[in-house]
Amino acid sequence: MRLVFAWLLALGVLCTAVRAAADEPLAVWHAYRGDEKLALETLLAQFEKKTGRKVEALQVPHDAYAAKLTAAVPRGHGPHVFIDSHERLGDLEERGVVATIPIATAGLDEFSARAIEALSSGAGLRGLPLALKCLALYVNQDLLGLPPASLEGFADLRLPTGVVPLAYETRNMYFHAAVLHAFGGSQLGPNESFGFAGDPGVRSLELVASLTHRGALPEEASGAVVGELFKTGRAAAVVSGPWFASDVGQSVRYRVVPLPKVARAGQPMRPFLTVEAAALTPRGKADPGALALAEFLAREGAEVRARSGRQVVALRELPPGVRDDAFLVAFARQAEDAVVMPSSPRMRATWEPAERALKKALSGTVSPAAALAEAERRFDDVVRPPPARRSPTLAWIVLGLLTLGGSFRFWQKSRGGELGVALRRSIPAYAWVAHAALAIGALVFFPIAVGAGTSLFAGRQGEMHYVGLANFVEILTARGAPLLSSGSFYLVLLITLLWTVLNLALHVGIGFGLGLLLSRPTLALKPLYRVLLIVPWAVPSYVTALAWKGMFSRQFGAVSALVEAFGIEPFSWWARFSTAFSANLATNVWLGFPFMMVVTLGALTSVPKEVLEAAEVDGATRWQRLTRVTIPMVVPTMLPAVLLGAIWTFNMFNVVFLVSGGEPDGTTDTLVSEAYRWAFTRQAQYGYAAAYAVLIFLLLSFASKATSRVSTARAR
Amino acid sequence: MMSAAGEKKPSVIESVLSHAVIVTLVAFSLYPVAWVISTAFSAGSAPERRILPVPGHFTFAHVVEFVTSPHVLSQAGSSLVVSVATALVGIAIALPAAYALSRFSFVGKEAGVRLLLATQMFPMVASAVPLYMVLEALGLLDTRTGLVVCYATTSVPFAIFQLRGAFDSIPKDLEEAAMVDGATRLGAFLRVVLPAARPAIAVTGLFAFMSAYNEFILAATILGKEEALTLPVVLQRYVGEHDAQWGTFAAGSILVSLPVMLLFYVVQRNLVSGLTQGGVKG
Repeated sequence: MRLVFAWLLALGVLCTAVRAAADEPLAVWHAYRGDEKLALETLLAQFEKKTGRKVEALQVPHDAYAAKLTAAVPRGHGPHVFIDSHERLGDLEERGVVATIPIATAGLDEFSARAIEALSSGAGLRGLPLALKCLALYVNQDLLGLPPASLEGFADLRLPTGVVPLAYETRNMYFHAAVLHAFGGSQLGPNESFGFAGDPGVRSLELVASLTHRGALPEEASGAVVGELFKTGRAAAVVSGPWFASDVGQSVRYRVVPLPKVARAGQPMRPFLTVEAAALTPRGKADPGALALAEFLAREGAEVRARSGRQVVALRELPPGVRDDAFLVAFARQAEDAVVMPSSPRMRATWEPAERALKKALSGTVSPAAALAEAERRFDDVVRPPPARRSPTLAWIVLGLLTLGGSFRFWQKSRGGELGVALRRSIPAYAWVAHAALAIGALVFFPIAVGAGTSLFAGRQGEMHYVGLANFVEILTARGAPLLSSGSFYLVLLITLLWTVLNLALHVGIGFGLGLLLSRPTLALKPLYRVLLIVPWAVPSYVTALAWKGMFSRQFGAVSALVEAFGIEPFSWWARFSTAFSANLATNVWLGFPFMMVVTLGALTSVPKEVLEAAEVDGATRWQRLTRVTIPMVVPTMLPAVLLGAIWTFNMFNVVFLVSGGEPDGTTDTLVSEAYRWAFTRQAQYGYAAAYAVLIFLLLSFASKATSRVSTARAR
Repeated sequence: MMSAAGEKKPSVIESVLSHAVIVTLVAFSLYPVAWVISTAFSAGSAPERRILPVPGHFTFAHVVEFVTSPHVLSQAGSSLVVSVATALVGIAIALPAAYALSRFSFVGKEAGVRLLLATQMFPMVASAVPLYMVLEALGLLDTRTGLVVCYATTSVPFAIFQLRGAFDSIPKDLEEAAMVDGATRLGAFLRVVLPAARPAIAVTGLFAFMSAYNEFILAATILGKEEALTLPVVLQRYVGEHDAQWGTFAAGSILVSLPVMLLFYVVQRNLVSGLTQGGVKG
């Protein structure tokens, strides 16, 4: 009897739990756009109708996807189901974002075996496979009836002038990997070492360099440029993925075929295969509805995803309705012969060094072998084991002594009773600042303090250990490399200083000059000019940074067109430090001069008219009035703005990251973009990135203290 | 207006030169924006690199796509609500603190000012995750309130500098006279000081509005409902992993920038005097 009662109770609890779960809508996160998004929405609506369970979809921008998942899910928030590619799921599983799905292998027969292989982890499946993504060959049928059988064959094609035989992003490692695989290489080598090395690496680089030299491939092609070339009929063929189809649309007649052979290697080009999957979070795993939804999307939803989403669905056989779809069949065939992208965290650390070596070798500044050797060194540097665990005792002692010292000083001061009086007198003022102190303390100081504290730890997020000042020691000693070697703290600091000084000089120079011109009472059209000159300030900087990047493009950029008008052959702006740095500089000067102009205009109004008139009466020339009266009078007003401008420029991230992206070879990176790379692309070493942030902070506070001391000294 | 005070009539050459310099810089400042506009209204692609930003084949399709994307109205509303609230909350927090820093001397004032300046020097890279933890503790995740709280507090240090400079430049006699006439400190602040600092408040508010209006990483991380997303997040979604819908991105960028341009235009007369008053005097 008691047993039955216990059963009933348990059942009741279970029922309420299930009901509570059923009331809550299932949250799905994805980064789909266009047709894929529409197909997903159709399926989610079908699922709602079928099961009666509400589903809420959220499209997250790709740039913020990983950050949002890792911030929300480990703390019990976020979606039940999310869609991501398999090579990221491995990392996310380690961070507690992915809960594996324990499914008996028998139930997985209908899926592509390679997809299941890609998603398997020790504990089960990291997600149910939805779609396969890999590269294949898009052929313009009006220009090329039958594509050459080998990659080398593209160099011998006879095409109308102005038409490139083959276009793809040669300087993007994801694309180059297909060539590397043909030579038997791999990006992540045995034992998780750096694989873009040795004979296959060198030969793959030599081949692409020679094909570029012979005109079979364009010199420098971003994804946008490749798209333009193909859509305007100026590329006979293009290597790209299924996503390219929506960009091309109906502009040219094309078909998709598998990638050609590499004759020198005797093997076909083999692209990377990534598998997009519906993964469950721990929260989703606890809710039966989430698995049902993932299953629905993967199995029953396959036909809709293939037909209207144009997805290469990850099934053993394409659904009946699309079995004759040449596009899907071609990609499915290519996927069979693709290399599953490794999903280990170390794979993610290969991209940056590999791509830098690729760019360096193809630009011809160094030999392929030297570029690859350097890349290997860089990779080893990034994946070096974190500093050894240290006992935090010393830190506690230091902290204790500091607290003790502080309280002693406080006690000393308060003993005279003066502090007490002063404090009592301050109380009315505190009433005015208390709320600001509270708000800034909780939401500005606290995060900064915790962030700064992270600099004493190392290891991956979630399993960090205390290492004392080891991160700082590593940064300041350049990890054993020569102190001014590429990417070292000191070299990057020098670049950052050059960047700050030049920007500030141009900001202030242009801003001050314009301020002077615009303050002349006789100038016509002043209000109009003022509004137009402020425009760069008003447009969001991430938009204009991208616009500037486009303007510097070699094939289509407006700046290249301007350069050409002066009779100079357009060149790649990102191949040399001087030009890449100038491009960044131009962008940032553009963004920053309006602020200084407005500050100047403001400061000029504080120069009394009488003083200038008196100077004129005394016979001062205009130049003398400017240098002896106006400038000395506006300097004190402008100095704080200039100081803030210097801090903002020093920490400017958008421009460096979006315009040059550190190219060539990381030489245009500044300290902040370097910190960002350590935090996000180089194995998420937050402690190391935080140490950079602390160093930046110390440098800036030292500099601002020195400036204010100089300016007060001068004022005296 | 001062540097040229006393010059009655500039020579023709001189004014032609001034106009030439200014027009060159106006061209410099409008050129990239013109390219964004051209991209927004171009269908398909241009055959050659060009100097002048003229659309290839004129089209409204990108604009229409952005405007008709689902929830776009509520997202625009969300952007405005968040940005206006940020400006209001930020100013409300900063005003009394800036006033106290300008008028009173108290224990910890110098240290406080130094700490405020210090917050501007620490790069955001390292403080984003702890910020998320604070919001979680406050139960403000997935809410626009949480976003406003973040934006407003991060805008406060700069706002305090601005407003403190403005208050410094307002003569103390004004409020002292009011207090002699029987007004309280608060009354004098509200009725005498605030009206005198109006331009600086407007400009500071504009800065806070803009920083909130253009931010997307934090917004994308915190917000979790399709209808509540702010416009920069929506824009960013047109840029994918492998490809991007540049036309729609550009069209959206222009539409998103319009309110800020308009605000700049409205505030522009105040901009100069507001900044002088604040003078970013630190």
